Amino acid sequence: MPATPLPDAETLLASLTERMRPLIGPDTGLVGIHTGGVWIAERLHSSLGLRHPLGTLDVSFYRDDFSRKGLRRNVKSSDIPFDVDACHVVIVDDVLFTGRTIRAAMNELFDYGRPASIRLAALVDRGGRELPIAADFIGAEMQVPAGRQIELIRRDNRLTLQITDA
Amino acid sequence: MWLDPANPQLNRNGELHHLLSLEGLPADVLHQILDTAVSFADVTQRDVKKVPLLRGKSVFNLFFEPSTRTRTTFEIAAKRLSADVVNLAINVSSQTKGESVLDTVANLSAMHADMFIVRHAASGAPYMIAKHVAQDIHVVNAGDGRHAHPTQGLLDMFTIRHYKGQFNRLRVAIVGDILHSRVARSQIHALTTLGCPEIRVIGPKTLLPSRVNSLGVHVYHDMREGLKDVDVVMMLRLQNERMNGALLPSAQEFYKYYGLTEDKLALARPDAIVLHPGPMNRGVEIDSSVADGKQSVILPQVTFGIAIRMAVMSILAGN
Repeated sequence: MPATPLPDAETLLASLTERMRPLIGPDTGLVGIHTGGVWIAERLHSSLGLRHPLGTLDVSFYRDDFSRKGLRRNVKSSDIPFDVDACHVVIVDDVLFTGRTIRAAMNELFDYGRPASIRLAALVDRGGRELPIAADFIGAEMQVPAGRQIELIRRDNRLTLQITDA
Repeated sequence: MWLDPANPQLNRNGELHHLLSLEGLPADVLHQILDTAVSFADVTQRDVKKVPLLRGKSVFNLFFEPSTRTRTTFEIAAKRLSADVVNLAINVSSQTKGESVLDTVANLSAMHADMFIVRHAASGAPYMIAKHVAQDIHVVNAGDGRHAHPTQGLLDMFTIRHYKGQFNRLRVAIVGDILHSRVARSQIHALTTLGCPEIRVIGPKTLLPSRVNSLGVHVYHDMREGLKDVDVVMMLRLQNERMNGALLPSAQEFYKYYGLTEDKLALARPDAIVLHPGPMNRGVEIDSSVADGKQSVILPQVTFGIAIRMAVMSILAGN
């Protein structure tokens, strides 16, 4: 069990939404990364009133640890139901850590087309970056001890954060 | 030995290391392949039909028996995974110079092959190769003798699941030359593992294995009786060399009794689907009006076959 109380995910999501609202045009393409990022992106998508349907990515086919870890089970389908070419895209993830998932997501996105720009939104930034990647919008920064991971849970459409052993 | 001695396609953790046969593969491994193939089927719908998973890996298509279609689908699948692909039609190269299969494989391994896709006329040849390759090399059986054709069986299961959902209420008929068919064997093993409650095999006595009942299937010699109320009709290819031998009087007579025509298909359920592994002998095992008809899913099978082979290769390469 976590020693320090974790911030409320719903409160973080509300502040993330308000930070994005003035800077996100109606033609922005929103793309959530499976699985937690899709949950966040679904909520952002309905709050921000965007024109394009929501996109989702499962980056399993683009991960850089395939040769060490193999293919994850339960790979989901990626689905980008709008034209990526010339679109301003915001990638959404739950927890931003090393940046490797975001690198994979950007590579996959370019296989759908050439976006006009890509920005990044994350509910939690826990630091520890291993690549030159930064978020444009975050709900909160958090310190998480090494060897532990922060995880987003969804129950009855309510989001909560929890810390577990990695 | 790092492989499970009881089932040398699995490693000690129960993960797929080679794909040699669907016989003895647990349901969760079959589901893993089918589920992964769903995601690859979506990749093949995109403009860029390629993912970087097998970048830097070398896949060798080792075809000791000619096959354009299977070899091509493996080649496309490997290329869509960004692997480098080398095609070898062995009957026209080193085998004619007297090199043994294992010497061929050893030479190619020395060229840093990561995966061998093997088609051979002798049942068991891929097993022998799998037994002799280094630990980090994977072998996929692309059809061996009368024994197995696992990726064909998997793509058939993918096709059935795509159109029919669950297996646990389906009546499935397999029609034609069961005796010589590695496809039929793979289909029967996969359907059984996936929980299909009623598998029928339909064919003349001369083209059914004598102990076919031991596979847990229902045997029919009358096609009209066998097709009654089935959900899925899986036709087999009648190989040319069987048509004019002791086993069959003629192709015309086979067509009369076992060719899938519209009036015979009408006995199946109205929403029944028709599969065929290709290449088809129109007017022998299947009538053109059925092959091109609205119940036929023969061309989608080919498309799904690429996704299945991408799934198999990427799962093996990661284990």
